[in-house]
Amino acid sequence: MDAGLTEQLEELRARVESLEQGGQENKLSMVVFSGDLDRALASFIIATGAAAMGMEVMMFFTFWGTPLLRDPKKSAPGKDMMGTMFGAMLPKGAPAAKLSKMHFGGLGTRMMQGLMAQKNVASLPQMIDLAAELGVRICICDLSMSLMGFTRQEMLDYPDLLYCGVATFLEQAMGSKVQLFI
Amino acid sequence: MSAMEFAKEIDLRNLPCPMPVVKISKGIKEVAVGQVVKAVTTDPGALTDFPAWAKTSGHQILETEEAGGEVSFFIKRLK
Repeated sequence: MDAGLTEQLEELRARVESLEQGGQENKLSMVVFSGDLDRALASFIIATGAAAMGMEVMMFFTFWGTPLLRDPKKSAPGKDMMGTMFGAMLPKGAPAAKLSKMHFGGLGTRMMQGLMAQKNVASLPQMIDLAAELGVRICICDLSMSLMGFTRQEMLDYPDLLYCGVATFLEQAMGSKVQLFI
Repeated sequence: MSAMEFAKEIDLRNLPCPMPVVKISKGIKEVAVGQVVKAVTTDPGALTDFPAWAKTSGHQILETEEAGGEVSFFIKRLK
């Protein structure tokens, strides 16, 4: 067979394969809407599991999920009154996330964290580090940032971090085999 | 006991989900294509999780052994 024909065959095969997959790649796109400890843990377990299974993973943090990515060690001076109020009332990063059920004024959450440590389950901050190591991409919703008055300087130093809007998420989600909203 | 040969043993004992799968996905890259790793876990979920991981990541589980609360997988790196 001559080279030109072989080349055409290869191209056709690639196109058929892409059609068979419905234009969707081996990707996971996830909306992390909740700032609850339990939901955030589930999000990161799924995200890191997917990365381990060879999927490209993108997590889009919006609304109550946004403060999970604040860095507890950083401060952001010079906010207006509303920003200061949101900043004070929302958890300062992953270590401060609360359970959605049985929080019991902090007692339940601490018990759960103790139980997790005892059973060798990674904490939320450890899961974020693991996600970073596995190349999970994180996008933070710009609208949530500005609504809640967060500044970029108070967010985590995460290797693959992007500030974006809904179109970026949707563009990723359209080409993903798996999409989740947590 | 099986006499299956392997190039490397990976200790995944006392690691709960998702760690066994995360670590085996890294560990398999430490042997050459065609070589076998033995992964030892104590996670009961691994019995269904490892075949699922192998299927999607394109490796082959040659043998699974259960003994004394431990599950050992012999996995051949295929790519």
